[in-house]
Amino acid sequence: MNGGGLGYGRRKLTGHVMMAGSLVAACIAVALLFWIIGYVFIKGIHGINLDFFTELPTPVGVEGGGLANAIVGSIIVVGMAALMAVPVGVAAAVYLSEYGRGLFASSVRFVADVLAGVPAIVAGIVAYALVVSRMGRFSAFSGSVALAILMLPIIIRSSEEIFKTVPNTLREASLALGIPRWRTVIKVVLRTASGGLVTGIMLAVARVGGEAAPLLFTAFSNSFWSLRPDQPMATLPVQLFNYAISPYDDWHEKAWAAALVLIFMVLMLNIAAKMYAHRRPGR
Amino acid sequence: MTDKLKVEALSAWFGNNPALYDINIAMPEKSVTAIIGPSGCGKSTFVRCLNRLHEEVPGASSRGIVLLDGEDVYSPGVDPVLLRRRMGMIFQKPNPFPTMSIAQNVVAGILLERRMSKSEVEESAEKYLKLAALWDEVKDKLHKPGMSLSGGQQQRLCIARALAVEPEVLLADEPASALDPISTAKVEELFMDLKERYTIIVVTHNMQQAARISDKTAFFLTGKLVEYDATAKIFTNPSRKETEDYVTGRFG
Ligand SMILES: Nc1ncnc2c1ncn2[C@@H]1O[C@H](COP(=O)(O)OP(=O)(O)OP(=O)(O)O)[C@@H](O)[C@H]1O
Ligand SMILES: [Mg+2]
Repeated sequence: MNGGGLGYGRRKLTGHVMMAGSLVAACIAVALLFWIIGYVFIKGIHGINLDFFTELPTPVGVEGGGLANAIVGSIIVVGMAALMAVPVGVAAAVYLSEYGRGLFASSVRFVADVLAGVPAIVAGIVAYALVVSRMGRFSAFSGSVALAILMLPIIIRSSEEIFKTVPNTLREASLALGIPRWRTVIKVVLRTASGGLVTGIMLAVARVGGEAAPLLFTAFSNSFWSLRPDQPMATLPVQLFNYAISPYDDWHEKAWAAALVLIFMVLMLNIAAKMYAHRRPGR
Repeated sequence: MTDKLKVEALSAWFGNNPALYDINIAMPEKSVTAIIGPSGCGKSTFVRCLNRLHEEVPGASSRGIVLLDGEDVYSPGVDPVLLRRRMGMIFQKPNPFPTMSIAQNVVAGILLERRMSKSEVEESAEKYLKLAALWDEVKDKLHKPGMSLSGGQQQRLCIARALAVEPEVLLADEPASALDPISTAKVEELFMDLKERYTIIVVTHNMQQAARISDKTAFFLTGKLVEYDATAKIFTNPSRKETEDYVTGRFG
């Protein structure tokens, strides 16, 4: 039998055309990404040296210096944000996937979805109103609150999805062994999902780690060393922003270097997340 | 023989849909009871009502009396968690915990409750793996993941896990339906041995299996218990026409 003849030939042709089209689109997307990374690399690599990681920023006109305080500040601000958002987000996700039914649960889901779409700068305004205006000054803590607001919905929704991938048969196996529900959730559901959970959290951290807008009027910036959460703190994205809008060539170079470091840190987090997700299960 | 389990007027629902209607049945101590019937007739729901797993399904409910050693498992003072420790359950698809080793899986019922030393885990695992006739096959790889075993081995691992909480009753919901004939034979043989110590209730779609391993057989149809009698009688001389049609393969 002549299997379809013309029809088959046309189907095959359409298939080839579609594949070629999507391949081209994929190439454009990847090329664009590499171009951005490559461009930042070329512009930023000059500014990278040991001082960049160990020295404080210098005043205008003074050569040298670095962004040590901003790098450490970013880690602190994002770390405190994660400390706030991760427990709340994971607990909320546990509620949604393990206990939540009916109207309240779907309202929580809806709110999380809306919150996920909120522009970053709005999170900053909220943190400003909640913390900065009450404390009467900018602070690292208020910056963390802003970032936590951004992280929360990402963590809730990604964790809930991960919990849903834990087969129900495992929950039932545990319940049938006479393990109470709450213990089943902690020891079976959370443990089985831990790989995906950690991956989701790392991606959420990477996502907010590069935000400058909500930090501009919360954590603000600081040219000196400060580890106090109740004081303004320098962060990489804000420092990058300040340098980029300045009229000085030296600072522009530093802005590119900061961008490179930021991209590198986000990249590292993504790679770590991938590696954690693909680590050998069992142990 | 005394009745280990006695069920009186048990009905069950999923939301507003009834799944069981007014079931009355009693299982003697240290016997094997087979539950047969076409798909969707409520066999799984019935056994899950016995250890109160049914109520964990969102929207599911039940009414009636289930007496375990003469005590109603649905009376307000009974903690379902403690009840389930007295009734081990084996599911259709083997479901070892993927984060645990073979040894840890065996003692999961204890390990999920409290810390155990490595030697305690190994000792306890050995005991129940032997009981589940799996010891010889896994004794050299106790610390490999439970998921690394074959389907039939995983199912015996799950049986060992159920036995390790020292239950009095074993509920098995089509325990061999996902297994090859050799694994099935092993599991059947195991049930025959275990019957000396446990009261066993086994759901099965396999008539020969029911005939081989059970003392009594209950035939369910559309949520009702149609006939319950000695296995030999059910398969050779049932009193009800529906039972005869089913066991002779005329429908279902
Ligand atoms: N989670 C559930 N939600 C709603 N209805 C359900 C659920 N589980 C089972 N049912 C319904 O309850 C009835 C009895 O189902 P049950 O699983 O007890 O049947 P079964 O005899 O075990 O069937 P099978 O031989 O296919 O396993 C069926 O009509 C089924 O559609
Ligand atoms: Mg079933």
